Amino acid sequence: MDVVLLSRLQFAFTIMFHYIFPPLTIGLGIILAYLETRNYLSKDKSFAVACQFWTRIFILNFAIGVASGIVMEFQFGTNWATYSRFVGDVFGSALAAEGIFAFFLESGFLAIVAFGRERVKRGFYLFSVYMVALGSTFSAIWIIVANSWQQTPAGHHIVEIMREQTLTDGTTSLAPWVVDGVVQRRAEIVNFWDLVFNPTTVQRLSHTLLGAAAVGAFFVLSVSAYYLLKNRHQQFAKQSFNGALVLAFIASLGLGINGHTQAQNTYRYQPEKLAAFEAHFDTGRGDLNLIGWPDGEAEKIHFDLSIPGGLSFMMFDDFTFSKKVVGLDRFKKEDRPPIIIPYLSWRAMVGFGGLMIVLTGLGLYYNYRKTIQNKRWLLWSFVFAIGFVMVANQAGWIAAEVGRQPWTVHPPIVWTDDGTDLVTGPDGFYNYDETLGLRTSNSVSAAVSVEEAKTSLALFTLLYLALAAVWIMVLDRKIRTGPTPLKEHDETDTHGIRHAAMDRQHARLDKEEAEGGSI
Amino acid sequence: MSTELLCIIWFILLNVLLIGYAILDGFDLGVGILHPFVAKTDVERRLVMNSIGPLWDGNEVWLVTFGGALFAMFPNAYASIFSAFYIPFVALLFALIFRAVSLEFRSKRSGKAWRTLWDILFFTGSTLAALLFGVAIGTLMQGLNISELGDYQGTMLDMLNGFSINVGLMTVALLAMHGSIYLYMKTEGELQDRLFHWMKGTYFAFLALFIVVTLWSTLFVPASIHHFSDYPILWLVPLLNFLAIANIYRAIQQKKPFYAFISSCFAIAVLVFLFSAALYPNLLPATNNPEYSITIFNGASSPLTQKIGLLIVAIGMPMVLSYTAIIYWTFRGKVQLGENSY
Repeated sequence: MDVVLLSRLQFAFTIMFHYIFPPLTIGLGIILAYLETRNYLSKDKSFAVACQFWTRIFILNFAIGVASGIVMEFQFGTNWATYSRFVGDVFGSALAAEGIFAFFLESGFLAIVAFGRERVKRGFYLFSVYMVALGSTFSAIWIIVANSWQQTPAGHHIVEIMREQTLTDGTTSLAPWVVDGVVQRRAEIVNFWDLVFNPTTVQRLSHTLLGAAAVGAFFVLSVSAYYLLKNRHQQFAKQSFNGALVLAFIASLGLGINGHTQAQNTYRYQPEKLAAFEAHFDTGRGDLNLIGWPDGEAEKIHFDLSIPGGLSFMMFDDFTFSKKVVGLDRFKKEDRPPIIIPYLSWRAMVGFGGLMIVLTGLGLYYNYRKTIQNKRWLLWSFVFAIGFVMVANQAGWIAAEVGRQPWTVHPPIVWTDDGTDLVTGPDGFYNYDETLGLRTSNSVSAAVSVEEAKTSLALFTLLYLALAAVWIMVLDRKIRTGPTPLKEHDETDTHGIRHAAMDRQHARLDKEEAEGGSI
Repeated sequence: MSTELLCIIWFILLNVLLIGYAILDGFDLGVGILHPFVAKTDVERRLVMNSIGPLWDGNEVWLVTFGGALFAMFPNAYASIFSAFYIPFVALLFALIFRAVSLEFRSKRSGKAWRTLWDILFFTGSTLAALLFGVAIGTLMQGLNISELGDYQGTMLDMLNGFSINVGLMTVALLAMHGSIYLYMKTEGELQDRLFHWMKGTYFAFLALFIVVTLWSTLFVPASIHHFSDYPILWLVPLLNFLAIANIYRAIQQKKPFYAFISSCFAIAVLVFLFSAALYPNLLPATNNPEYSITIFNGASSPLTQKIGLLIVAIGMPMVLSYTAIIYWTFRGKVQLGENSY
């Protein structure tokens, strides 16, 4: 195995692990904001109890999300140094903006949400919950901006790096930096807002945020459906279930609609990626494959069962089912993305997405008829649905990232004037402008050896598997314990701070522990 | 604004971020280093952990932002340094992860073995992180063997030498002292009494290592003093540092932990400053060929990126500082255990 493959595996593995947590915190953030608002307006303690319960789960996820998120930032430098040099000028500012605008906000106010309910006024507490929800969303925005820029770069130009060089007469002057006969280039910002609103940012961001809302909502549905089935915490479970069901339905439906336009957008800017999703080999009328197994070598689909013209319809909303869709045959073998992974993950995402709409639709229907308590099969489906939703979420990410290969920075696509085909060379292939993009194989760190890459991959695998096990264990425990009543406000407490003497603390805690308290 | 000026401003801003990180995460790393030694019972362990409970993740954001800013403003340096320190930085990530999750996981079960496991990981993670930061600083001061493109050409073992290890140990001692002063402010009673001795002990450990590192760098690491001959005014900085360090002890003796803490913050800031002054104008000095060194000028982003960055900082930093202040104010006073504590 070479460093490129090892670094790709490590990046894929660490980001998939990381990507379990941010969607959960973004989704739960919306739910926390909703619950705390209801609590603030109605002074109904049950909302505060619910908010406290989900807050504890939020914090657990946040802690692992932060810890595994630093890994992502470091990896750009450790494993992808050449890439970092190429894109730092444009990509770095999004990352720095994320730190300043998102992380500080989220981690700061989370302290108050987690530890400060008794220390601050109710209004400020509500405000803090909003800030946490906003902070987690902000970080999604900046990361998606950075990611979208790699997929559909805009607002920049590629320039030769200039360095001061000493001439033969002893004076210095700026000249292109040449190392071993190769002129060094990098991307530089021209227009910040073009960079931020590059052609796919809005589509990708809305899809990701809807996905996060769905994960959060289905997570709440899973836990509360479990309580309903087990006849525990009934009032809490009903409240959480009803709210989350509405959010889950809106998110699922939104994902479907937005997914459709996003597929069209992908075709416009990365036609080879969409062709890989659909295993569409030959340019021409696009069939929509339902069942099959694509074979990149033979350039055909085995066991093919397709809707004739279905893909043409999907791409252009074309009711003649016949418009030409550019296929993989327009691309040289070395410029094509791998097919099987995008093909399968794309199907997993779309398939589970459809299932989510059906499930939440049924849920709303039976909830409206007030018979959902009797539909135990449906409640059990909700208990397990979170698994599928998470798989769908990950699959979407995989499809987008593997479909981008072999590029880390995707060069722009040039269409013919009528927009029906790509501008191809005399050999019939589309020729990417290599200077405008960066291949994955050229992106890695030259300083890193195979042994180092292997060591780190092995260590991360072990660490993350262990963390996942502990996470599930702690989560399971929290869910088994369930929501706990709020602590009564201590009237003797002056401005929220008890100057309890050490001994008193000891005595109280020892007593609680002896009584089998929750500590 | 000239291109050079922008580079210098960003070099200063990176220093501000690094100083912010070193001071803030410094005390919670220090708390982690001392954790197994100063706390005897489970209640005390929880008190110690909860003294940093609401603050540590906000503190760590300074590191994330520093990383992001280095990436954005000096991408060459970011790429070269991070790939050169591959294994040490992977170890650093492990240390930070273990620390973060042990805070979160420890309280979730009451079994003794469970809690001991996370106590060990909390201590190991904190100590290892402090050590690695110090080693990286010591190594950078001496420079690395890099290619024309800035890729490191040595092995990991080349980085480990007497000087860098000493800087690493000094960092551990410094943060332990810094953390002990913080803990002294946050605790009461018997635990606080015990911390008094730990403050003094870690102070002397730091002082001894500080003297060793100072002598070593002045005598054998030419980079560390090469600016002092050009700008004699710079000698004021180490002088102030000696005063600050002396004042830490005075304040400890007088049991005025807040003054000691301020002095210790000042000492940390000065040490970071001295490190940057030693490097300037390099970010990564090349030992094999000075022309290959990555400086704040040849490693910088385009002026437009640097200006956009300044705008982001101008908007973001006042907000960050204001809610950091709110949060530290909200959690002022002695640490106490409650419903939501770890």
